[in-house]
Amino acid sequence: MENYPQNGHFGPYGGRYVAETLMPALLELEKEFLAARRDPAFQREFDLLLADYVGRPSPLYLAQRLTAQCGGAKIYLKREDLNHTGAHKVNNTIGQALLARRMGRKRLIAETGAGMHGVATATVAALFGMSCDVFMGSEDIRRQAPNVARMKMLGARVVPVDSGSATLKDAMNEALRDWVATVRDTFYVIGTVAGPHPYPVMVREFQSVIGREARAQILEKEGRLPDEVLACVGGGSNAMGIFVGFVNDMAVALTGVEAGGLGIATGKHAASIGGGSVGVLHGNKTYLLQDKFGQILETHSVSAGLDYPGVGPEHSWFHDIGRATYLSITDAEAVDAFQALCRLEGIIPALESSHAVAAAMKAAPTRGRDAVLVVCLSGRGDKDMASVEQYLAGRKG
Amino acid sequence: MPNHTLQSAFDRCRRENRKALVAYVTAGDPDLAATARLLPALAAAGADILEVGVPFSDPMADGPVIQAACQRALAAGATLPGILEMLRGIRDRLTAPVVLFSYYNVLLQYGIEKLAADSVAAGIAAWLVVDMPAEEAGEIEPALHKHGLCRITLLAPTTPPDRAARLAGAAKGFVYYITVTGVTGARSELPADLAANLETLQKLSAVPVVAGFGISSPEQARTVAAHAAGVVVGSALVKLHAEAGADAACRLVSDIARALRSPA
Repeated sequence: MENYPQNGHFGPYGGRYVAETLMPALLELEKEFLAARRDPAFQREFDLLLADYVGRPSPLYLAQRLTAQCGGAKIYLKREDLNHTGAHKVNNTIGQALLARRMGRKRLIAETGAGMHGVATATVAALFGMSCDVFMGSEDIRRQAPNVARMKMLGARVVPVDSGSATLKDAMNEALRDWVATVRDTFYVIGTVAGPHPYPVMVREFQSVIGREARAQILEKEGRLPDEVLACVGGGSNAMGIFVGFVNDMAVALTGVEAGGLGIATGKHAASIGGGSVGVLHGNKTYLLQDKFGQILETHSVSAGLDYPGVGPEHSWFHDIGRATYLSITDAEAVDAFQALCRLEGIIPALESSHAVAAAMKAAPTRGRDAVLVVCLSGRGDKDMASVEQYLAGRKG
Repeated sequence: MPNHTLQSAFDRCRRENRKALVAYVTAGDPDLAATARLLPALAAAGADILEVGVPFSDPMADGPVIQAACQRALAAGATLPGILEMLRGIRDRLTAPVVLFSYYNVLLQYGIEKLAADSVAAGIAAWLVVDMPAEEAGEIEPALHKHGLCRITLLAPTTPPDRAARLAGAAKGFVYYITVTGVTGARSELPADLAANLETLQKLSAVPVVAGFGISSPEQARTVAAHAAGVVVGSALVKLHAEAGADAACRLVSDIARALRSPA
């Protein structure tokens, strides 16, 4: 595989910082993952499910009214929101569930923030006849109620996590605690390009379909590569999925958009690269939000899916070597972009994806009309109705 | 200044024909002054090695008891610099070597080279980094080696035999065998194959093998210690200390130490 990280290291980042109990499982997982990639039958089944079950390829849509409103570069949206289950997350959960079946595992566990990864995991558990426990912070259970109902309807158990800030980081702690006790028969489906090796490279691989399709689609529509590709970054799986399609096209700018919350200066944000420092959490070395003693800080974002104090290690590496640029968008800017896309294009985006849309709306006017932007619209926003209504009510009040 | 090494602790146990007792405490729970009083008292009560846990905001290998202890310690303001200062203050009074137990990030932010030097000054004999497997240990080993400190090797029920042989053969200080597949915390029952696993491991290891996770009573300690060089008591001690105070914690250590003197 191109850019395969030896021992899981992307420059100084990544690695396998886990308890010994989990090491043998990670070594076995890497072996199976590498074997599966070389197995044409595995690839065939994966591709078939992406086509017939997920509905791929997802369209690349020219947002004409949004483009006209911004007055500058053409804005294309990579419509991952149109996937079955409503987000890019399902690309990865299908890949991991196929691996779980190959390894004889009957039980899936997952952590989830916004609930999209939880829904995508519950979905593949139903599809493959596996049991499924999803760990979710109680704060996220409150603000993402529709996804909790979906997971339960699909037959998964949603396990509330009350520790810490009761959000995604705490859900991941609890999933790891479960896995360390059940590792012999349970497959841990990590939803993003973070965690111990091989998860970052494995999730990148399963999400790389986004970038491969987007590159071919833009070449067909525009006859050339885009000037810039933008995607939101929490852990960063949709961003890595689309970036990897363009990473060798050095003229294409890659922009990761972190959750700026109330603003980096307020300390109430979730921008690990923009406002953090290097540390080790959840099995990998990467940029983290932490205090000077190495204690992990609580994060804030209007978007549950970005509300995480770390970021995938390859993003940290891309930041250091300058291959991608990371900036942040505040809650207010994200909600404005959410509303703009609703009203101008009839598309209700996820609050996570709205961060990338907001960054594109800022970038478009700074470029000429012949410039081309591709935004990864990673998910749909049905789940966010209550959050947005509450936010707007608060803004009025 | 006394220099208690792990080897001298195990040698003494062998001479006295008993098994070693490793006592775990979360530093700073409920505050560092209490830990400064507790550690010498536990050593006097019969702990041969003191495992001093550095509290972390996200202790993902720990069960509810040590998670809560971490939260209490952090709420009371415990930091690694504060813990080292506390240990420096009591090192003359300690009659047992100290193992610093931590998640890696807290050590990394302090600075590995500086921490190794400061560990020696604080009377620390070894580090046990719970989320650092052998694959990543190259990051700390040069500093540990330079300052004469050990890195404690953890082995688990899931560790395959060839890996266990390789890691145990290279271990320093002692091997910490995790008795259960899971997080820390008291268990009413321990795995049936524990005795056989421990005995196999002791044959492979150049250093003593101690068993930890899940051990809460003198009876359990004695049963497990029949097949190991010693046992670790952690969550049970932390829980008792939080609920019933230092005297009760010392009594538990004293009861377990007594059980380890008489054969099973």
